This record gives sequence, C-alpha cells and structure tokens, in this order.
Amino acid sequence: MQELAQPILNGILLGGLYALIAIGMSMMFGIVKLVNLAHGDMMILSSYLAMVFTAWLGINPFFTLVLTIPAMFIVGFLFQGFLINRVLGKAMEPPLLVAFGVSIILQNLLLTIFTPDARSIISSVATRSIVVTDYLSISVLYLVNFLTGLVVIGLLYLFFQKTYMGRAIRAASDDQVAAQLMGINTKRTYGFAMGIAMMTAAVAGMLVGMTFTFYPHTGPQYLIIAFGVVVIGGLGSIKGTFVGGFILAMAQLLGAHYFGPGYQLLSGYLVLLIVLALRPQGIFGSV
Amino acid sequence: MAANTVLKVDGIDVYYKDFQALWGVSLEAPEGEIISVIGANGAGKSTLLNTIAGLMTPQVGTVEFLGESINNLSAHQAVARQIALVPEGRRIFPRLTVYENLVMGSYAPRARSHKDDNLRKVHNLFPRLEERSSQMANTLSGGEQQMLAIGRAMMSEPKLLLCDEISLGLAPVVIKDIYQRLRKINEEGITIVLVEQDIRQSLKVANRAYVMLEGRVVLEGKPAEMTEEQVKEAYFGI
Repeated sequence: MQELAQPILNGILLGGLYALIAIGMSMMFGIVKLVNLAHGDMMILSSYLAMVFTAWLGINPFFTLVLTIPAMFIVGFLFQGFLINRVLGKAMEPPLLVAFGVSIILQNLLLTIFTPDARSIISSVATRSIVVTDYLSISVLYLVNFLTGLVVIGLLYLFFQKTYMGRAIRAASDDQVAAQLMGINTKRTYGFAMGIAMMTAAVAGMLVGMTFTFYPHTGPQYLIIAFGVVVIGGLGSIKGTFVGGFILAMAQLLGAHYFGPGYQLLSGYLVLLIVLALRPQGIFGSV
Repeated sequence: MAANTVLKVDGIDVYYKDFQALWGVSLEAPEGEIISVIGANGAGKSTLLNTIAGLMTPQVGTVEFLGESINNLSAHQAVARQIALVPEGRRIFPRLTVYENLVMGSYAPRARSHKDDNLRKVHNLFPRLEERSSQMANTLSGGEQQMLAIGRAMMSEPKLLLCDEISLGLAPVVIKDIYQRLRKINEEGITIVLVEQDIRQSLKVANRAYVMLEGRVVLEGKPAEMTEEQVKEAYFGI
C-alpha cells in the first residue's frame, strides 16, 4: 500500500499542471465552440519565449511571465481577431482548418528558428525535493506546477464570475445576438477570450518547459493531453477541467506504476475511452 | 402636439440575401408615445425592429434616431445610443443569474456608470426580479423571463424601447400585468415601439398604430379612429 502513495501524490500534482494546460482550450470551446488545434503549439511557443527571456536576461523563469503573458495575450487577440473571427459561424470545419494551419506554421517556424534540438528551461527548483517519509517525497517543481495551476484557474474563475468582461464573454457564449443587443461587441469579446486563453498557455508553457524537455514538434502531444482532460472533465467546465486533469494524470502514473513506464500513455487513454463509453459528455459536461 | 420625433423610418427596403422582407416601410415615433405595429406572422414586423436595433441594414431608405441616420450602426453601437430591443423569444442568458442578466444590460459605458440606480428602478418595476436575483435565469417562469428581458433592456437607459412579441406564449393575466408595467415605463417619457400579433392589448395602449402585411405598411392611424373592419381587412389582406 505504501508504495502507492508516491504515484498518487504525483498524479494529483501533475493533474494540476494538466488542468492548466487544458483550461485555455476548454474555455475557447465553451465560448466560441472552437476546437483550437493550435493550443499545444501556442503553449510550446510560450516555452520557447520563456527559454529565450530566461537566457537573455539571466532571470528566474518565473519572472519571464511578466513579458510572456502580455505577449501571448496579444498573439491570442490577433489570432482570434484576424483569423478565427473571419471564418466563425459558417460551419465547424473552417475554424478547425485555420487552427490546424496555424499549428503547422508555428511548428515549422519554431523549427527554423530554434533547430530540432531538445530544449528545457533551466531552473534551480528542478532538482529539489522534500522528503516526507522513506516512501514519499515531493518534487518541489511538481508542487510549484500544482499551486500555479490552482492560482491561475482560480483567478480565471473569479474573472468570469465578477468582471464585466468575464460576464460578457459568458453572455456572448449563451446567446450571441442577445449579447450584441446588450451593447457587447461580440467579435472583440472573442478576441479578449482567446487572449486570456493564451495567457494561461503562457504560464503552462513556462511550467512545461521547466518540467519536461521540449522540441518544436512537442505541441500536439500536449494538445492530446488537453483533449483528454476536457473530454474526461466535460468541455467548457472549469471544475471539470480540474477533475479531468487529476483523473488523466492519476491513470497515467498508476498505469506506469503497475505495468511499467511503457504503459503510461496507454493507461491514460484507456481511462479516456472508459469515460467516453460511460459518460460521453464528460463528468461535469452538460449537453 | 409639437413633440420631437425620436424615430423616423423612411421608405426602407430590407433583404435576407435575395429575399426582400420589407418594401418601402415608413414609420414615425414622436417622443413619449407608444407606437404599435401589428400584423400576421411573416409580415416583416420583427425585421423592422431588428433593422432599427442595428441587427440588419436597410438597402434603401433611412432610419433616423433623434435626427441622425443610424443606418450603418451595428447592434452594439445602437445600444450605446440608447436604443434597446426586447427581442422575440426573450433571449435571456440562460446560464447567467437573474442579477447577471440585468448587469449585462448595463454593459454600455453610459449605463454602466448608473448601474446601481437603474437596478433599483428595475427592481421597483419588477419586484419579482429582486427576489430571484441569484437564481439561474433558465429556472424562471415564462412571465418572469419576459420581465427579465424587459428589465435587462431597461438597464441600458433607453430613450427608445423596442418590444418584439412580448405577450407571446403568456397567460392573459400575465400579459395584462406586463402591459401595465410598460405603461409605467412609458410614463417616464420613454418612447416605445411594440410589435404584436395579438391586436387587442397593443391597440389599447398605443397612441398610433401601423398594420403590416407582406412586408408593407397597409394601414396607419390612431387606434381609436380605426374601425375593426379596416384593421381586419389590412391584417388579413382581404
């Protein structure tokens, strides 16, 4: 029993990071019914940005957020405003294809600039851990990931509940025409929403960059994690994103614990399939 | 009466792609009056209101609000100019609370700065909405949802209130109640344009009525001066 404590703890901590990776995609699906296939690549773009700023300025990776968060907001706002908004509301496929195109362009742009080498963001917390018992130790980096995920998603929740813009985004996702009749410029609102989704991707990208190695083509790997999280938890639900993150991470780590590391991804997707079979709308999904 | 003209619609043609929905429609709303537009389903009444509110643009003709053309305003700009539409089917935000629905009504900058005052006024007008403040809007009854839709429109401090089929699907008692509140709103000097299929209530409160048929205005005048025969003829086109 005791040896289970470690994978379960790691599962919980990693689940917080998974939730943070997924929240931006989940949010955009909930609001605009957009499946942002470029979400993973946007996140890896943030990893590279964080890496460059850390190296250039010689600062703690956390401080690069001051630059990367506004930068990614602008990227998201322009991405939505100039590309996605133009093809929105016609059918499901055009926005999907545009996002897919952006995904390919981003990957190749990163490949051209940064070469295919493996990268990571070096930080002093990466190797530290807190020993609790003989069987249990907490990786400081995982703990930081978890707490950051908690704070970011909590702030996002407050933003949606308490601010005019947050409420306007929810109103526009409920009924676009009625929102316009309230004086809401819905297209601009969608731009803001994507900007905010990309702000969460900026934070996720920095944490992922510190925790794992990344390449120009790593984006889709995290896109699939994000998909898993939102499918398990239910699309567009903040609570669901958290629970989905925990379940997916836990399934992966317990699978690796019982059957060996080679089964980590497989066991995650098996749980995903089980949820799809039993509750296709996700645990907290409505429709 | 030498009242100012709040709204002047002058000979507008409006299309849905190739289908022409309005043919040279003209209408005038003097300040502080209630204008009633009646007609059967598909007569173009909703199209007319949607055009005034900026959801659609006329190909020909002009829409003037307080002497300025608003032809090219989009809906969110029209709200900022103090034109509010209570849309057909109410279109409240189902997953927002009653309070949040009302707050969205005050999204435009001018209304936002008077949010608390306006909220008090709306609560006075519809005390039920205050009781249900924290409830999700989709848990309200049909009549309450209609009150919410009107209250939400009032939160934007309109000078011109456009109401599209506000009695649709409601019980007669509730309709009577809602019309009473409309009178109250009107007594504060707000000009109202009502669109209804149900003739009786809307003709009773109106200062002036327009009957539409197949995208055209076929009869207009003071309700008191219209005979039942005339209205029927115009309404059904016989």
